Amino acid sequence: MTRHTDDDGDAGESNEATESSDGGYEGPTPGVPESGRDEQPSVFVPDEGEAAETDATAGDRAATDGGVESASAGADSTELDPDAYDPVDVFPGGDLDLREGADSCYKCTSCDTSCPVAEVDDEFPGPKFQGPEQWRLKRKDDHDIDESITSCSNCMRCDDACPSGVPLSQMHNEARGQFVERQMEKLSVEYIRNRVLANYRTSASLASMFPRTASFAMNFGPARWAMEKVMGIPKERDFPEFATETFREWWKARGGAQVENPDKRVAYFHGCYSNYNTPEVGKALVSVYEHFGYEVMVPPQKCSGTPMFANGMLKDARRHAETNVENLVEAIADGADVIASCTSCSLSLRQEYPELFDLHGIDDVAEHTFEALEYLRIHEDLEEALDEAGGLDDERAFAYHAPCHARNQGLSRQAVETFRDVDGVKMEDVGDSCSGISGTYGWKEEKYEKSMEIGAEMFEHMEDAEGEVGMTECPTCAMQMEHGTGYEIEHPLQLLEDALGA
Amino acid sequence: MAINSDVLVIGGGLAAITAAVSAAREGADVRLVSHKSSTLRQASGLIDALGYVPATEPAKPLRDGPPTAGRNLDRDEWPDPEGPLADPFEGIDRLPESHPYRVVGSDALREGLDLFDDLAGDAYRGGHTDRNALVPTFGGAVKPTARYPAAAEAGLASDDRPMLVVGFRSLTEYDARAFAGRLEAAGVPFDAAGAEVEFAEAFRADAKITRLAKALDHDEEIDGVPAREALAKAVAPHLHDVVDEAGGVDRVERVGFPAFLGDDRGEEVREELADRLGADVFEIPMGPPSLPGLRLEDRLFDAVDAEGVRFETGNPVVGVESATDGRVETVAVDRKGRTAPYGADAFVLATGGLVGKGLDSDREGVREPVLDLHVDQPDDRYEWFVDDAFGDQPYARFGVRPDERCRPTDAEGTVQYENVFAAGGVVGGADAAREKSASGVSLATGLAAGRQAATEANQ
Repeated sequence: MTRHTDDDGDAGESNEATESSDGGYEGPTPGVPESGRDEQPSVFVPDEGEAAETDATAGDRAATDGGVESASAGADSTELDPDAYDPVDVFPGGDLDLREGADSCYKCTSCDTSCPVAEVDDEFPGPKFQGPEQWRLKRKDDHDIDESITSCSNCMRCDDACPSGVPLSQMHNEARGQFVERQMEKLSVEYIRNRVLANYRTSASLASMFPRTASFAMNFGPARWAMEKVMGIPKERDFPEFATETFREWWKARGGAQVENPDKRVAYFHGCYSNYNTPEVGKALVSVYEHFGYEVMVPPQKCSGTPMFANGMLKDARRHAETNVENLVEAIADGADVIASCTSCSLSLRQEYPELFDLHGIDDVAEHTFEALEYLRIHEDLEEALDEAGGLDDERAFAYHAPCHARNQGLSRQAVETFRDVDGVKMEDVGDSCSGISGTYGWKEEKYEKSMEIGAEMFEHMEDAEGEVGMTECPTCAMQMEHGTGYEIEHPLQLLEDALGA
Repeated sequence: MAINSDVLVIGGGLAAITAAVSAAREGADVRLVSHKSSTLRQASGLIDALGYVPATEPAKPLRDGPPTAGRNLDRDEWPDPEGPLADPFEGIDRLPESHPYRVVGSDALREGLDLFDDLAGDAYRGGHTDRNALVPTFGGAVKPTARYPAAAEAGLASDDRPMLVVGFRSLTEYDARAFAGRLEAAGVPFDAAGAEVEFAEAFRADAKITRLAKALDHDEEIDGVPAREALAKAVAPHLHDVVDEAGGVDRVERVGFPAFLGDDRGEEVREELADRLGADVFEIPMGPPSLPGLRLEDRLFDAVDAEGVRFETGNPVVGVESATDGRVETVAVDRKGRTAPYGADAFVLATGGLVGKGLDSDREGVREPVLDLHVDQPDDRYEWFVDDAFGDQPYARFGVRPDERCRPTDAEGTVQYENVFAAGGVVGGADAAREKSASGVSLATGLAAGRQAATEANQ
């Protein structure tokens, strides 16, 4: 059964409401994709045999902040008269039309000063070049995309810095996708290594079949030496341990949701890491949400695409997105909002999906997705609940790092503020620097040192902080924090679970 | 449910921070919401109050009809502004009556500057006097300013010690020799020389300012030599470049650099360079990318945090969600596609002016996009400007028009919302670029609006 809900996620009395064929309902109807365009990539990723005619189907919003829309904003490609729309036709071949975004740049360089890579790597020309300038250059047929695009770590801080609504990360993603597709040698070690890193889910699902063996084998000295030599994966890094029981296995074993509530439903997008490596985060999420009376759904899902975007593997990302969108749209139809415990997963579903792909229902998924703590802060009186719970029994101090991708969703302070008045919790924000790992960036031999240089400031501030336990929402930031300080790292949902006694 | 606080401040610049801290110090529970990283990072880091009083009447009566918009008709002419002013407070009475300083009063400016001194601490200078300091900026101009970073202190134009200004070929936005020439042409009371040295050349030609700052912060090795030592060595041969009027050579007593001398450890970098060079070292404030702006942002947000203000950056306030009886109850915050309500007893709008996008314009008109407040403007677009680019441009004074409690009013002068207060660039009436008053207006109106909002919330 398809259940329609009000836009604010409150199912209310609308259980009965089915969409009438006379079109009485005019607003966006969750679960019923309104985009309605055929499934084709809106960014240039030619599938084999696909002609270049798939041009110019940018999403409803091309910009990152709603401030700037593409020239084809909201246009329905099936209704476009090929002779009538000019800005897109100027540029052949299916690129996103980001001209308006490029034109919005007034060269203030705020993006460059916010770029953690440019701060340590003077070979990297910075987001202003990678974005609007490269976008213009590559209009010309004889211009290759500059290889330096692969040095962008996709932290997306430039989006947050731009006062003029230039869709920088969208431009970077597109350029990187094109570089990898058109210019990168597919048999090169770098390509293969990047593809393996980007497809972490594939390796992780294999490793999870024999978690103990995998955890040992992946960190076995000679194996690591070989990996660095052959694959370019730095031997300094420790591979994360694989859980002996994945989150999904646990979920199945416990018999799924323990709370049923058609009025308060959430679909949990756990992503790869909470499933294979840190199921305790997923379990904490379930217990917190059930504590507040939510029915938790765990739809089938694949990788959110974050590591694939960062490596320009847009085809892989799109393939995974098809599965995710299909299943999440179904959950939204059942009255759920989508929540993620990883800030990169939520950012991907909210921002990169509608910016880069044109899938049936993708805008609905974007609009219904939230980060897990953010969602509770909007819909529940969290402060009151924490106050009533009375705090922790023992004093605990944390050094909290806000992931760049949390920053981009306006979430960089939420953990610190949520726990500010909780008895027994002392949480210090270790500052606004980037951890430096940026997903797969720090997992590349040639980037390892830069990654650690970027992270140096965070390590220092962590050591200065009183807490000896680190805290962050992002699994790869957590790896870097642990790598640089040796601290154990927790997720805010785990602390929330303890503080609520959930 | 709404995310609630006593006072909600919308914006992330100097005015928003001032309002948030002022309200918090009155006992209010304050939340600050801003769309993007603070515009402070594009600011020079200088805190001006009032440097000039520009003429509001043309030198001869304007010709009839609309401005000529660049056509060669008899163009209007405007007298030069009065200034630089030695004392900003002394000029306030001569500003137009609708100027924010006249609306909130000069005490608000004084207290705003006091508050700034408290928040900026030892990183800033100038608080010992009401008088303006004259600080050279990287175009070679001298700017009257009320407060300036400690890093710029040794560069003051009122100081008569001989000065060397250092430049780098790879920093194309800045020419040290032209800078020194302009300073001398401006009649400064000291001898100055500019020298281009090899240091930034060790980096790629378009390496970012932040890269150079980081290298100095961490004293990274440049071709085997620690960065600070390398920089001092590059400058040392030029310490006797200054030639006085009589043709004599003086050893310089102070050396100016573009503002990239470290980020977190600027003081340490300056001290080491000073030690190695045997001369005071100072930074020349630059346009964006501006490290003095970045440092000020860091410092002020630390202060905001210390005051217990909650803040979040990344999502815009897009409109009033609910209002009753002339009061805003909640505003809508766009969280990547869906809005969430934020409620408060009082709101401060500090979203900036035309550049900061607190005001929006198209061919039809100028509007305030967040709360849709009234922006006073001539109906005819041709009356938005005058011919003389440096004349009294009407558009420069566009903005919301507050009453004496900083509440924006409609065309009839009636308060639009009882519990909405405005501060900073979104407030009209000042010609900040010509007056050199942008920071002071933010401090004065921020302080007043923050206090009024707290009073409103406490009722």
